[in-house]
Amino acid sequence: MQTEPVAPMLEMRCISKRFPGVMANDSVDFTVLPGTVHSLLGENGAGKSTLMKILYGLCRQDSGSIHFEGKEVDISSPSKAISHGIGMIHQHFMLVPTLTVAENVALGLGGRYGISDMRPIKKRLSEVSERYGLKVNHDALIWQLAVGERQRAEILKALYRDVKLLILDEPTAVLTRNEVDDLFVTLRQLTADGKGLILISHKLHEVIALSDEITVLRDGKVSGHTRPKETTRDQLAQLMVGRPVSFTREVASVGIGDVKLAIKDLIVRGDRETVTVNNLSLQVRGGEIVGVAGVSGNGQRELAEAIFGLRPNESGEICINGVRVVKPSPKAIRACGLAYVPEERMRDGVIADFTVTENLMLVDYDSESFATKGFLKLRAFQQRCAELVKNFAVKTATLESKTRQLSGGNIQKLVIAREFSSGADTLVVAQPTRGVDIGASEYIHEQLLLRRRNGSAILLISEDLDEVIALSDRILVILGGRIVGEVSRQDVNVQQLGLWMSGVHDQVSA
Amino acid sequence: MWSEFFTVSSLVVVLASTIRLATPFLFASLGETLGQRSGVLNLGIEGVMLIGAFSSYYAASKTGSPWMGVLAALVTGCVMGLLYAFVTLVLHAEQGISGIGVFLLGLGLTDVLFQRWVGTPIPIDGLDPWNIPFLADIPTVGEIFFQHNPLVYLSVLLVVVATVVINRTTFGLNIRAVGEAPDAADTLGISVNRTRLFTILIGNCMAGLAGAALVLPFGTFQQNLTSGRGFIAVALVYFGAWRPIGAFAGSLLFGFVLAVVNQFGALGIVSGATSSLTAMAPAILTIVVLAIVSRRIGQPAALSKPFDRNG
Repeated sequence: MQTEPVAPMLEMRCISKRFPGVMANDSVDFTVLPGTVHSLLGENGAGKSTLMKILYGLCRQDSGSIHFEGKEVDISSPSKAISHGIGMIHQHFMLVPTLTVAENVALGLGGRYGISDMRPIKKRLSEVSERYGLKVNHDALIWQLAVGERQRAEILKALYRDVKLLILDEPTAVLTRNEVDDLFVTLRQLTADGKGLILISHKLHEVIALSDEITVLRDGKVSGHTRPKETTRDQLAQLMVGRPVSFTREVASVGIGDVKLAIKDLIVRGDRETVTVNNLSLQVRGGEIVGVAGVSGNGQRELAEAIFGLRPNESGEICINGVRVVKPSPKAIRACGLAYVPEERMRDGVIADFTVTENLMLVDYDSESFATKGFLKLRAFQQRCAELVKNFAVKTATLESKTRQLSGGNIQKLVIAREFSSGADTLVVAQPTRGVDIGASEYIHEQLLLRRRNGSAILLISEDLDEVIALSDRILVILGGRIVGEVSRQDVNVQQLGLWMSGVHDQVSA
Repeated sequence: MWSEFFTVSSLVVVLASTIRLATPFLFASLGETLGQRSGVLNLGIEGVMLIGAFSSYYAASKTGSPWMGVLAALVTGCVMGLLYAFVTLVLHAEQGISGIGVFLLGLGLTDVLFQRWVGTPIPIDGLDPWNIPFLADIPTVGEIFFQHNPLVYLSVLLVVVATVVINRTTFGLNIRAVGEAPDAADTLGISVNRTRLFTILIGNCMAGLAGAALVLPFGTFQQNLTSGRGFIAVALVYFGAWRPIGAFAGSLLFGFVLAVVNQFGALGIVSGATSSLTAMAPAILTIVVLAIVSRRIGQPAALSKPFDRNG
């Protein structure tokens, strides 16, 4: 590999881009060799997306130049990027849900006399599909497809256009483990074909497994450039965050207390009226973190919402601190001493256009310390919020900033600050670090462990298996709305968990 | 009296005028369908129809040629389209309220110009019916379908054209993509705003034609001539589930109701207070239609959302 020097396919030289108040890219150099994977790492807001938007023509650099296949190119729009052979798989798929796979591929290609004739397009599409093993029904409407299939459609769209360089923005964020394996096979095939790949990811083990080169960005600057063989997960994390980060969580054993949350024979229907939580029972004791692991869409969301009274339960019992909840409503359940960190923080956790203060006070605003006879005590608000923002390390310009302007990690810290300070000692926490960068994740994990030490009962529902394993005293695996496996911390076996999560255990144990 | 209504000759009159009265609805709702499929809501077509109606009346009365009236309606429609495109695509103004602005502009402008330039309305030569050779001679059927003015045939032809354009052309694919997922279209190099500019221009020209179709067969103009037909046309887009054929069906339904009301009046079946009640029929029907069609299956996801690459 190192013997003969290969001419780079892409060279981005000294790219700078300033947004009001932020230097998004500061003299960034980035190079991709043909037939290799170059990963781009960095926390949210480090400038990865900006750099890739510049490369794909969605945004213009202030200074610096882009050279593609030896020539300086001016990429002023996505169509320019496409015509040079640069494709991008966006994190939020850029597909038209009401069109078929083939129609999505045909978009923007034009046609003879303006007539869109699908036959030649489908023919070539089949060839491309076959060549790279990307199986997807070309006549299916996008909205009917599973996430993995949509991604394949997205990749096909790029390959159909003969891309030489493909940008993949967080491609594994939404995939199941099997789908990730399939994707990696495809990506290896692409590099074997001489295509250059740029991989943007948070997941360090994936980056190490797949890359030839790794560039790390921090605060808009390149903070490191390395190869997987020459680095470790901890080193990469340190380059990203700017300080040492530990992945192993100190979990001291604490005395297990009384049962604080008990669920018995719970049945809940989902949005489509099908039973999504099916006869589920579990218990969480004080001083214990119980993790619920599982692949997305196996009833986790419905379970959390039912416990918090956001979704009616068909039958079953929920007891909080020994009291059976008769008429579940969020208010009644909070009164029983349960707090809730929802998985959709932008939708259920905060009101995005409210200020930081207003969001922090959403739960306690009408308690005696903060309101008299319906009038808000704004000074007490300020005091309390200043304290919370400080204690929970929420980074915000001012207390009166709109919550929307905060980064994902800081919004999550805000939600956690509000919920964990509400005095409740039973916590239901769903996907606490999804889309949250490493620094904030570490902080959130510490907070969870701190609450555990203080005797709280914590139900941790997460699709991030590493997170569940790192934090939980007991792990329950949910599949099709049922608990299909349980294991305690000392007996954790990742393979066994994987089998439970994919439903293979049925055949084994039967 | 009722027996007079249910005679063959009376029913032929009703059905023939159903088609004739459906024409303005059809032009306007087809144009609005194209616009909404690309994600643009235009509530202002009522105003554009008024301007189209006035300009076609004025041009026809000055030149003596109804065809100059048609041309004038197309030109003023196009100008109104440019105005609406500037306000919504360039300035990113909220589409709902911009449309109300266009409506008020059309209402006020035509009123003022009519008083200034015309004063007392003088009837003009309208468009003569074209009898389709042979077909027009078929008894009953010919009278109902094939003895209309050219704009009627044009509007029906446009149902087919619009369907083909939307479903079978690259422009139509662009329109659908831009109305459902403008970001996705943008990443494939489709210009969202240029696509929308075209649908806005086409839609406004068709609203202008709708105005002409109100004036030219009858040969007169009056203040607020459209009396809400443009708003009904917007409702018909929803009724028609964003399909040209659906807009066609809706237009015929409203044409039929108007035709029946007219025939009641002509035969003296209703008079006085009851005639005012039957005159409300289209308004009541609109509410009923919208209540029934509250489902939004087929509504373009990006309807009335301005596109901004960085937003």
